[in-house]
Amino acid sequence: MTFRVAVHVLPRRGILDPQGKAVCGALHSLGFAQVADVHVGRHIVIETTAESAAAASASVTAMCHKLLANPVTEDFSIASVEST
Amino acid sequence: MKVGIVQFPGSNCDEDAWFAVVDQLHEQAVMLWHKDHDLQGADVIVLPGGFSHGDYLRAGAIARFSPIMQQVAAHAERGGVVIGICNGFQIACEAQLLPGALLRNNVGYRSLSVTIRVERTDSPMTAAAPIGACLTMPIAHGEGRFTMSEAELDRLEGDGQVLFRYVNADGQPTPDANPNGSMRNIAGICNAGRNVVGLMPHPERAMEPLLGSSDGRVLFESLLVAANA
Repeated sequence: MTFRVAVHVLPRRGILDPQGKAVCGALHSLGFAQVADVHVGRHIVIETTAESAAAASASVTAMCHKLLANPVTEDFSIASVEST
Repeated sequence: MKVGIVQFPGSNCDEDAWFAVVDQLHEQAVMLWHKDHDLQGADVIVLPGGFSHGDYLRAGAIARFSPIMQQVAAHAERGGVVIGICNGFQIACEAQLLPGALLRNNVGYRSLSVTIRVERTDSPMTAAAPIGACLTMPIAHGEGRFTMSEAELDRLEGDGQVLFRYVNADGQPTPDANPNGSMRNIAGICNAGRNVVGLMPHPERAMEPLLGSSDGRVLFESLLVAANA
């Protein structure tokens, strides 16, 4: 079966995120005073074959540990797993 | 001394490293393609600056999986000297040859001359430098903010693995002297075995007065001292 797995990678909480800070400042200067904070990361979509959705999710998790996210400074989450 | 300079697609300080070793120190060097599987007998491996693999994903993240990095890791494991400069430092961190990570600067891309202070002389890249020496050389990077947890940082400092700090004209590591937001003004470190060194500034671009500074020489001369020790 083929799957489309979406992953979110974000800077770990507590680590300075200059992109997020810059975007937050820009939103404030545009009048969006209600914005408390912004975090900028990456959205990665992997198209892969796997035995099941769970197996697709597990293999993408392994890809995150090895390459897609930096274990020192970033956190990731599997956003969605769709059968294609 | 024979220096192996690894060329990744997007490396752009490989020729500068060659110039430093061959033209300035009159030592041997060999260029190593990232798909090679042989270090060709090099004693010292230089991972040069640049934008390996376009810096896609994260700087150094893809280069660490280049075939030659297996040999580089094995060389480091045997106690062989590996020097990562700028992008090479990022690659060494991604390959876990060095601890920590180099994140996007707190102030965007920086290209300027900085002063760094030598904190330790017990490393292959500082063996010929006086402790506390303040050296001027260029930086040019967008992702050089050295980062790790406070606890790991305390351990790194305790073990004497911080080799260089960004300092001001008085030799002090002030916030103003920090060009990228690195924790504790750290510009360069070594691993626990002290044979792998990474630094963001470019000593290979500060080898003679014509280049604006010759302060980088002592770091390359240190490699010679360490090789002959």
